[in-house]
Amino acid sequence: MPLPSPENFIKQKVAAVQEYSILTGTALSDIFSGPHYWADVFTQMDSIGVGSMPIVVLTGFFTGCVLSLQSATALKEFGAISKTGGLVALSMVRELGPVLTGLMISGRNASGMASELGSMKVTEQIDAMRALGTDPVRKLVVPRIIASVVMLFFLTIISDAVGIAGGALVSVNLMGLNPQTYLADSYRSLVYGDVIQGLVKPLFSGFIISTVGCYFGMKTTGGTQGVGRATTQAVVVSSVFIIVVDFLVSRVMLVIFGG
Amino acid sequence: MSETNSIPGATTQDATQEPPGGDGPVVEFKDVSITFDVKPILKDISFSVDRGETLVILGPAGCGKSVLLKLADGLIAPDSGSIRIFGQEITTMRERDQYKLRAHIGIVFQESALFDSLSVDDNVAFRLHEEHVPEAEAHTRVLEALKFVDLEGTSDKLPSELSGGMRRRVSIARAIISHPDLILYDSPTGGLDPITSTTIIELVMKQRDVSHTTSLLVTHRLQDAFALATHRYNTATGGMTPIPKDAAGHNVDQSTRFLMLNEGGIVFHGNTEELIHSDDPWIKEYLA
Repeated sequence: MPLPSPENFIKQKVAAVQEYSILTGTALSDIFSGPHYWADVFTQMDSIGVGSMPIVVLTGFFTGCVLSLQSATALKEFGAISKTGGLVALSMVRELGPVLTGLMISGRNASGMASELGSMKVTEQIDAMRALGTDPVRKLVVPRIIASVVMLFFLTIISDAVGIAGGALVSVNLMGLNPQTYLADSYRSLVYGDVIQGLVKPLFSGFIISTVGCYFGMKTTGGTQGVGRATTQAVVVSSVFIIVVDFLVSRVMLVIFGG
Repeated sequence: MSETNSIPGATTQDATQEPPGGDGPVVEFKDVSITFDVKPILKDISFSVDRGETLVILGPAGCGKSVLLKLADGLIAPDSGSIRIFGQEITTMRERDQYKLRAHIGIVFQESALFDSLSVDDNVAFRLHEEHVPEAEAHTRVLEALKFVDLEGTSDKLPSELSGGMRRRVSIARAIISHPDLILYDSPTGGLDPITSTTIIELVMKQRDVSHTTSLLVTHRLQDAFALATHRYNTATGGMTPIPKDAAGHNVDQSTRFLMLNEGGIVFHGNTEELIHSDDPWIKEYLA
């Protein structure tokens, strides 16, 4: 395969950003104007939210477990094992819960959206939808954005909760920590700014996952090979975006709430 | 094909609506050009299609036939030129206005393009559901449309459970359920066996002769094109029969015309007899 010239490469990237911006802008304006496909929104909520529960619960739980195990071992050397709860809670709520949930949902749903919409694109189903008088952005993209943003918010809360629970399980059963000490320290260490920070991030992650997944799906070309390529790109790009935006949101939140 | 098949929804409200665009041409292309990457696909294409006319678009593979059809439906925009559908310029029309215009246009895609996660019933009723037609009426119209294409009893099946010919017929049912004033057929017999192809052409003919719907039909199968030109749908037998000679000695359908494309340009536009008697060497070779 010949390498593209630097000029063409840059043009392609700029065009991609332009197309993504147009799709996102159109979808955002469609969210605030009718008609809405609420049945599709609830179907997507079921698929993204309920369908992702097992992986979010398992990931959150074992992240809390391993975080507790590692931090308790280190804190024990300084006689500060009682601070394990606070460390686990703070880490889960501020960073690991939102980011890991975002990455897991990205792997599961950005790929799903890209492959589903990509298959529809290459088999002319998107064109058929337009030909039948239905706006594919309104019908396919908007429900996925609403569902992703709403469900990622709740999935992150669940991830945080099971992560702290997993940390408690390990701290109490393996490290011999008093459960009340763990929970009290967890509760005391979390302040308003931490919770806000942890709940704002999934809103961005949900938006990134859905828009990136839909964008790569809607621009798929090249048959089944193209669908595979779109799926991979959607996961890679959305995962990187989630981590980059996580950093930016963290920075802004720390400026606002201090820390 | 059952002779009792009726035109779907012929008695419903939208069938009686005044067709848009008045008496002018239903489709009008003026100097339309389009290029993909650096390759020109269509160059300064100009033609028009009158109400009730069937325009058969012929040409070798890759000459821009399907592109022309998608341009007519506004699914892609030309680089230059004017496209008027029902008298309305669509090249400058907003997408949301095009959705309204497309309520009067039916399209049958080359590979059917059925929604693979929806049943046959939901595929055919897709447009009716979008228009919030009451469920009972939608169901009745779906059954009528499926009867029209001789596919009763397939309502609950998924497209993956159907043969290629059946999928094509479902696609036709989906295109005609809203009683469009213009139907675009993109290679409706492509990839089908001869018997199934004949069935599909009979359906196209039936829509032409019973509903008198204006249509553009892309094909590279000459036998399909000439079957349309030399036969008419016989409601008594439920099949196609050759057109007998009229007083002027013509035995071809006068509403069926031909447009031939080659290398992005029009090489022929006229009726069946003009096509047969053309002296153009390329056309002669193509028809041979």
